[in-house]
Amino acid sequence: MNTTPAIELTGATKRFRTPSGALHTAVRDLDLTVAQGEFVAVVGPTGCGKSTTLTLVSGLEEPTEGEVLVYGEPVRGIDPKVGFVFQQDAVFPWRTVLSNVMAGPRFRGVPAAEARERARDWLGRVGLAAFEDRYPHQLSGGMRKRVALAQTFVNDPAILLMDEPFSALDVQTRALMSDQLLELWAGTGSSVVFVTHDLDEAIALADRVVVMTAGPATVKEIFTVDLPRPRTVEAVRLEPRFVELYREIWASLGEEVRITRERGAGRAA
Amino acid sequence: MPLETASAVAGKPPAAAPVSRTEARERAARNRKLTVYGARVAVLLAFLGLWEVCARTEVIDPFNFSQPSRIWDQIWQWVTHGTAQGSLGEQIGYTLYEALTGWVIGVIGGVLLGIALGRIRFLADVFGPYIKVLNAIPRIVLAPIFLIWFGLGPASKVASAVVLVFFPVFFNAFQGAREVDRNLVANARILGADNRKVTLQVVIPAATTWIFTSLHVSFGFALIGAIVGEYIGATKGLGLLVAAAQGTFNAAGVYAAMTILAVVALLTEGLLTFAEKKLFRWKPADAGDGR
Ligand SMILES: Nc1ncnc2c1ncn2[C@@H]1O[C@H](COP(=O)(O)OP(=O)(O)OP(=O)(O)O)[C@@H](O)[C@H]1O
Ligand SMILES: [Mg+2]
Repeated sequence: MNTTPAIELTGATKRFRTPSGALHTAVRDLDLTVAQGEFVAVVGPTGCGKSTTLTLVSGLEEPTEGEVLVYGEPVRGIDPKVGFVFQQDAVFPWRTVLSNVMAGPRFRGVPAAEARERARDWLGRVGLAAFEDRYPHQLSGGMRKRVALAQTFVNDPAILLMDEPFSALDVQTRALMSDQLLELWAGTGSSVVFVTHDLDEAIALADRVVVMTAGPATVKEIFTVDLPRPRTVEAVRLEPRFVELYREIWASLGEEVRITRERGAGRAA
Repeated sequence: MPLETASAVAGKPPAAAPVSRTEARERAARNRKLTVYGARVAVLLAFLGLWEVCARTEVIDPFNFSQPSRIWDQIWQWVTHGTAQGSLGEQIGYTLYEALTGWVIGVIGGVLLGIALGRIRFLADVFGPYIKVLNAIPRIVLAPIFLIWFGLGPASKVASAVVLVFFPVFFNAFQGAREVDRNLVANARILGADNRKVTLQVVIPAATTWIFTSLHVSFGFALIGAIVGEYIGATKGLGLLVAAAQGTFNAAGVYAAMTILAVVALLTEGLLTFAEKKLFRWKPADAGDGR
């Protein structure tokens, strides 16, 4: 059972119909396997289809072609094992911080008292215990993001999809949250797919770094990060192997970024 | 670092008197508020005074246009001696009762149907054209038909209020349900909400802003519905008061009834605004609030 991959995408393709009626391919023929308990970081040029890939795994969208398996089962609708931290702000503005974090357990039928207790615990871990009565509009962008993290983690997801979760945070909080994420992940044994634009973050966190091509996204290259665990973000950055990996991955990614940029410039011209 | 020091120094002199500056600003804001209120009262007094003077000097015909003092006398007479149909309070009560009942029914119907059609594509596709057609009918002409159907009692007025209230509320609720942030819905579904919970706990709260905008307008519509219904045929109510005054060429009576109506409408509007403030604590304060 332990050999069943947590996530398996085979030949996954996603096309969107654009408002003009044309078909836009966001993801093309994508193969990716994430083992149970594995931490995979995904990097790629902007707009290449990283977020779309995550929506395919989450069940929010269906692939146009190909197959998406979660724990060996084809994805049909939303799987309760999946947690998703969205790129955009998605906390409920009419709920207080505490009520936002309680939302998941409450939706899943956990009694209010227990949900509240779990939510408080998580608010403490993300450093927002003192803000539980606030409404989201009274928080900073970074604090809202932390609410979103607590909201996802409180459900104890076996598969954690994270779409640039830390991009709105300041550098210090980001390092802190990264370390915390590693700690949590080590404890739960969940599988993580972590989309980021920050190569440092990707290497520091992940077992493998997936580089995507310029859109439509497909896997270009996969790098195994053979740095020992447990890691802390600040310490691992200084290791020679880290720098080496950074250079390799950047060489691969930089090319795709350049293609994307040239395309954008070409379109603008 | 040198830059920071420089800015800190530069920032010092104005920071030396922060208290007095905030105070000054607060005082200015208070003064401005007083000036606005004063100017409002002045405009009203000027208007009433001009009207009164023009009527007394017969620049305008006081029989047709009446005059503020006569209107006031009329209101006072109604207050102290009651109207031909009974006490003034009873007339107001009747109209309010009809308007409120019609409003509540119209709002509930509009919200339920609006959310349902906004959420369920099939229903929207089936009923969409019919609702557009019904909306195109000038609904106020239905009032005489309701009079025939439901008689002289409150039911016919409630019905006219309902048809006036329903459509604006419906369209706003529909729009609100359609325009819910897709990220919020996606997040709720991932967190474990089924369709029912998404509707109840995401779509409805998100649509309340839209719905509330229509509530303000629609209460005015409910009053119009009730008044027009009474005007066409009734045994009690402010609309009947208007009709009766008109029947005896009592212009002051018509204006007096209108004045009472305006006050009633303003008071209910105030209540709605109060409820809205309570309900929307989660929203950032409106930028226009301070103005
Ligand atoms: N619902 C949609 N309808 C049409 N096109 C879409 C839709 N969602 C995404 N796209 C298109 O698919 C492509 C990939 O989008 P996606 O959001 O997956 O990019 P991304 O890799 O996450 O980018 P970023 O790093 O900037 O977040 C984009 O060109 C986008 O315009
Ligand atoms: Mg994205």
